[in-house]
Amino acid sequence: MRDQGAINGLVKIRVARLRLAVRGLKSGWTLFASSKIGLLGLGIILSFALLAVAHPILMATVWDATTYDPVTGYAFDQVEQPAPPSWRHLLGTDPLGRDVLSQLMSSTASEFFLGITAALVTVTIATSIGAISAYYGGVVDALFMRLADIIIMLPTISLLIVLTALFGLNLFQLALVLGLLGGFGGTTVVLKSQALTIKVKPYIEAARVAGGSQFHIIFVHIVPNLLPLSLLYMMFTVTAAIFSEAVLSFFGILNIRMSWGIMINTASTGGYLLGGTKFWWLIVPAGASITLLCSAFYLVGRALDEVVNPRLRRQWDS
Amino acid sequence: MTAYLIRRVGQILVTLFLFTTLAFFLIQAQPGSYASFYAFNPDIPPEVKAKIEAAFGLDKPLWQQYLIHLKNYGTGNFGVSFRHYPQSVVDVILERLPRTVMLFLTATVVSFYCGFFLGKAIAWKRGGVLEYTATISGALLFTVFTPWFGLMMIWIFAFKLGWFPLGKFLDPLLWRDATVEANAVFTNMILTAAAVSVFLFIAVLVTRKFARRYQGRTLIPLLGVVALGVTLVWWSSGAGYLALDIVRHMVLPVATLTLISFAGTMLITRNSMLETLREDYIMAARAKGLPEKEVRDRHAARNALLPVVTSFVFSLAFAIDGGVIIEAIFSWPGMGRTLLDAVLSEDLPLAIGAFVFVGVFALAAHLVADVLYVYLDPRIRYQ
Repeated sequence: MRDQGAINGLVKIRVARLRLAVRGLKSGWTLFASSKIGLLGLGIILSFALLAVAHPILMATVWDATTYDPVTGYAFDQVEQPAPPSWRHLLGTDPLGRDVLSQLMSSTASEFFLGITAALVTVTIATSIGAISAYYGGVVDALFMRLADIIIMLPTISLLIVLTALFGLNLFQLALVLGLLGGFGGTTVVLKSQALTIKVKPYIEAARVAGGSQFHIIFVHIVPNLLPLSLLYMMFTVTAAIFSEAVLSFFGILNIRMSWGIMINTASTGGYLLGGTKFWWLIVPAGASITLLCSAFYLVGRALDEVVNPRLRRQWDS
Repeated sequence: MTAYLIRRVGQILVTLFLFTTLAFFLIQAQPGSYASFYAFNPDIPPEVKAKIEAAFGLDKPLWQQYLIHLKNYGTGNFGVSFRHYPQSVVDVILERLPRTVMLFLTATVVSFYCGFFLGKAIAWKRGGVLEYTATISGALLFTVFTPWFGLMMIWIFAFKLGWFPLGKFLDPLLWRDATVEANAVFTNMILTAAAVSVFLFIAVLVTRKFARRYQGRTLIPLLGVVALGVTLVWWSSGAGYLALDIVRHMVLPVATLTLISFAGTMLITRNSMLETLREDYIMAARAKGLPEKEVRDRHAARNALLPVVTSFVFSLAFAIDGGVIIEAIFSWPGMGRTLLDAVLSEDLPLAIGAFVFVGVFALAAHLVADVLYVYLDPRIRYQ
């Protein structure tokens, strides 16, 4: 049984660590907040998250399902479909009489789900493989790096088009495929080169001398130091995932009920595109949403880049 | 340098082998088989079904099927397209491959130059209006939803303004009385473009030894003479108006592809320049009293070029994907359009064939980029 002093000591160490982490986060946030484009991106992401959260609430309270359901609804109150924006339908209705705003909001949640799932899969794989192949080197390293070389050269969209043609992917499977491609591909290479610079730091030597196991060194000392960079690449993966999903749904080959890409596909196959500004509500909201959310994650990534990579920070001396 | 290149070629051959293996497993993993496309009808008696399966080699064990598959792909036999029935897959693809190559090469070269020059400029003047507008519009263009952007380009420049055709490869009305085939004209156009670029490349190499002022003075008149010569040759051949028609159809897809892919190069050049500008030799160059332009172009930009080329190698797959999307939007009958059409009409042999060719094309592009990289980076040459 431990005596009280040792427990107090442990608690003190924990508290000190926590303080250090909070201080690190604070200084990181100050750096991040100094970049206007990063804040802009964060603002856009938060407003889309608000849309995603608001949709089920609105469906449960104000909007009734027969009129406003994103897939099966029909706006009986409108004589002609597609109807232009009105007070009942803020962004109008699509050629099949469904409310565009409701479609837009319900798709937001699935875009977040897709992006975050793909990014988590990518980063989990890439961080562990990057750390492991940097730590062991040799055959393990060569194997994973050659695999990454091959995956980098694959034309992703073409591969996804063929995969959807053969197997008919749904949202989760698509996220998984994108995550695997990203995790074993380019992201691993970047994280591995970062892990190589961590591996030669004195504290890794110290941990080894103190008798830390290989598992302990990799997952307690190397991986936490990779996490800032992993976070950065998560942002870029989200952008890529949302973009790929939108392209595939636009071609109409994904097994998904509703998404921004499908909204543009509906307008395009209905022949409303060359109507130009006359039917703007069919194409502009969905297209702008894809672009905005993709660039928001990308901008946050760029701002994080300046936090993670001190060499990019603005020089004050010249 | 040769050792490095030989190693790279070896790696790419291994990749090619793995790629065809991937294609085999994709075909195997789908429910049903090629034979079931022909023998889908329940009225077909079982013995005929067995015969069809035997004709495809589907009655053999899996490893034999795999060897047959490798042999077929090695000899360029990708089977017969379901939709373009008597035509073989390779014939369909070879007819369309040059169009993709031309679209991709033009857009890549133009976007690389634009991106590099803009990135250089915004890194040099930090914090200005130019930097914010260029970064934000660059990020927007980089992440813009490509099909939507393509449709907007068509709507503005082809539909509203009427400057360019709506899509497709050529204008049938113009070609009705033509005695030459479109592909022959197009091949000649590619050859002309290749010859002109090689000539210009050599000219730049030769004049690089000159002082900066004289380089511009010799190159610009030379460019004029070459342009005049090419115009005269095409004019006198009588197919000039046909070539012009193809060029008119090419402008909009190339411009769109350029706009969506230059931003990546620009942003990376900016970062790379920012890192280079902190080096001591930049301060030394300034201390020597060199003009700012000289420091920027000769001391900073040259050294900042390397990471840009590295990332350019990585972004090739991105540009090829962008090409697939652009082709689908602009109805440009290249590989991407073929792939998508084949997938939508369940023409599996053509889809897999097009996919393999897109992959081979990506591999070839990477090899070229590698050669370029070795040429630029002396550290690799001496390894």
